[in-house]
Amino acid sequence: MTANPIDKVFAEARAAGQCVFMPFIVAGDPSLAATGRLLIELSRRGASLIEIGFPYSDPIADGPTIQAAYTRTLASGIKVADVLATVADAGAQCRCPLVAMVSYSIVYRRGPARFAAEAADAGFSGLIVPDLPADEAAELFEHCNRVGLKLIQLVTPTTPDRRIRQILARCSGFVYYVSVTGITGERQKLADTVTERVQRLRQVTDLPICVGFGVSRPDQVRELAGIADGVIVGSAIVRRVAERADRPLEELVAEVGAYVEEMARAAREGSSGVRRSCSGAKREP
Amino acid sequence: MSERLLSTFPDERGRFGPYGGRYVPETLIRALDELAEAYEEACRDEGFRRELDGYLREFVGRPSRLYHARRLSEHFGGAQIYLKREDMNHTGAHKINNTVGQALLTVRMGKRRVIAETGAGQHGVATATACALFGLECVIYMGAEDVRRQKLNVFNMQNLGAKVVPVHSGSRTLRDAINEALRDWMASVETTHYILGSVVGPHPFPRIVRDFQSVIGRETRQQSLERFGRLPDVIVACVGGGSNAAGMFYPFIDDEGVRLIGVEAGGTGPEPGQHAATLCFGRPGILHGTFSYVMQDEDGQTLPVHSASAGLDYPGVGPEHALWKETGRVEYTQVTDQQALEAFRTCARLEGILPALESAHALAYAFKLAPQLRPDQILVVCLSGRGDKDTAEVARLLGMHVP
Repeated sequence: MTANPIDKVFAEARAAGQCVFMPFIVAGDPSLAATGRLLIELSRRGASLIEIGFPYSDPIADGPTIQAAYTRTLASGIKVADVLATVADAGAQCRCPLVAMVSYSIVYRRGPARFAAEAADAGFSGLIVPDLPADEAAELFEHCNRVGLKLIQLVTPTTPDRRIRQILARCSGFVYYVSVTGITGERQKLADTVTERVQRLRQVTDLPICVGFGVSRPDQVRELAGIADGVIVGSAIVRRVAERADRPLEELVAEVGAYVEEMARAAREGSSGVRRSCSGAKREP
Repeated sequence: MSERLLSTFPDERGRFGPYGGRYVPETLIRALDELAEAYEEACRDEGFRRELDGYLREFVGRPSRLYHARRLSEHFGGAQIYLKREDMNHTGAHKINNTVGQALLTVRMGKRRVIAETGAGQHGVATATACALFGLECVIYMGAEDVRRQKLNVFNMQNLGAKVVPVHSGSRTLRDAINEALRDWMASVETTHYILGSVVGPHPFPRIVRDFQSVIGRETRQQSLERFGRLPDVIVACVGGGSNAAGMFYPFIDDEGVRLIGVEAGGTGPEPGQHAATLCFGRPGILHGTFSYVMQDEDGQTLPVHSASAGLDYPGVGPEHALWKETGRVEYTQVTDQQALEAFRTCARLEGILPALESAHALAYAFKLAPQLRPDQILVVCLSGRGDKDTAEVARLLGMHVP
């Protein structure tokens, strides 16, 4: 099996001392055509990985922006098969690895083995299943390993230290550190605890650490780029897509692309000069 | 399935056989662990048990009566029909058994704020009541559509000091209210307890709610032994999320001789969107943090459900019921809106009791079954709540208008 593209992205970024930027979009929002175009455009504009949300009817980890996008998209009749086909089509031209953000309800209904296989076939490099905590993830982790998919786990401010090792045992690709105690959505201020928590995580894992939830502005990205291997922005992008849903597709794609370019630049600028300390941790080959 | 007694579930991971578990974001895991631990401690604490019993007796008005419905029994000419009168509880339904227990647990955990979801408003009112009793801040999430339909209950919750937050997302009903309560809890777990109203959701909720509701079955068991010198032959209860049924059935679950029947909401027909009979027509899947039967499409998206009874109008069901269904220990069936309505009227006219439309589903099935049983057989129906709240819906179903 060939090396997973997620490993390659972080190996290169670490070698260059760079923090990567990872935008999140909702598949099918406002249309499947837009998703295909956005995947290509965002990778061209400096996204190093792209996270793609599978619309779900009852997303409990998501704030109003992403939730509303899921509701709209489902109302337009988009199915899981459509999302997989769109990703497969755009894949050839999209230069960065794709990560699926998908509820376990969807994975379970299709069957964990089949979902992992179909996601890998469509060109996904990893899965994030936000409502499948590590304790319940053994089976899916196996299936992902078998088809060369990463299974990315979340660590949050409420995760006790003793639980972290258990989570890491079923985590591959990178660790998703959730910066806030709460749901997705734009916030004015980053939590005070982020730096300390990310540094503590570094002491127990060599996996890259990406920070998400609540991040929406270039200055926040710049700040996080000093401590994290990657920064994830979701709601701020989904909101921009929603605001432009009625505009010509060209405009939507160009304007969202410009925002992502600005954020990706902030991630690069934030990393220069500040080295993410991997205390005692060995570098990826 | 091994020979393990059904009463010994869930296991330490919150599993009822394959069902149950915790399918929630990592953020909530610590709170669920803490809740499970606090609950275990409370269970071992004789003082907690005594205090809860005191409130159930003095505040809720327990034990509720096991009432011999003589005219109904005569009318159907078969089994002796007994009604477990949960409608006589303070706030008019079984919901208060759970909210008083969980509010007491909230105090024990040192938390001062409570959130809850409600559909028709029964659990919301019961939660607001318990919070007033213990001086806890209370926020109730309620679908915007339900807020519109249940103005009286909204007003009552506010009178009891609760804040009612209308939920405008998704289908704007109970399931969205649960989503929103879970989202609140994601951000407030350090200071807030979520009083879930049914035997659904992530572990340990299905167990905690079942245990607090089991007072229904324990009393029924004792009342039967005292009165008949034996256990009932058949027990019938309605199932939405399944809390009154779980509380009624659990103390009898290892008594193979007692036939247990759960009655779901058949609505207007068997097609998706016409009913809320999850165990009858659904299949295993994930919803609201637990693995159980759900109404879902082929992609795992939740399907719309319908019932004239707002308390049964839910696309999931407790994971323990899924186990009881799979093992065949409990029979699950369904009756339609119209059959429930007829049972509502029969009970009102023959016994002078207006049952909740939820409970009328259990009555409707009991009325079908009673004539097939002998007059020396005992049929107990869990009358989970009173019907005053359903006046407008009953009028609508009858094509009438209440001023």
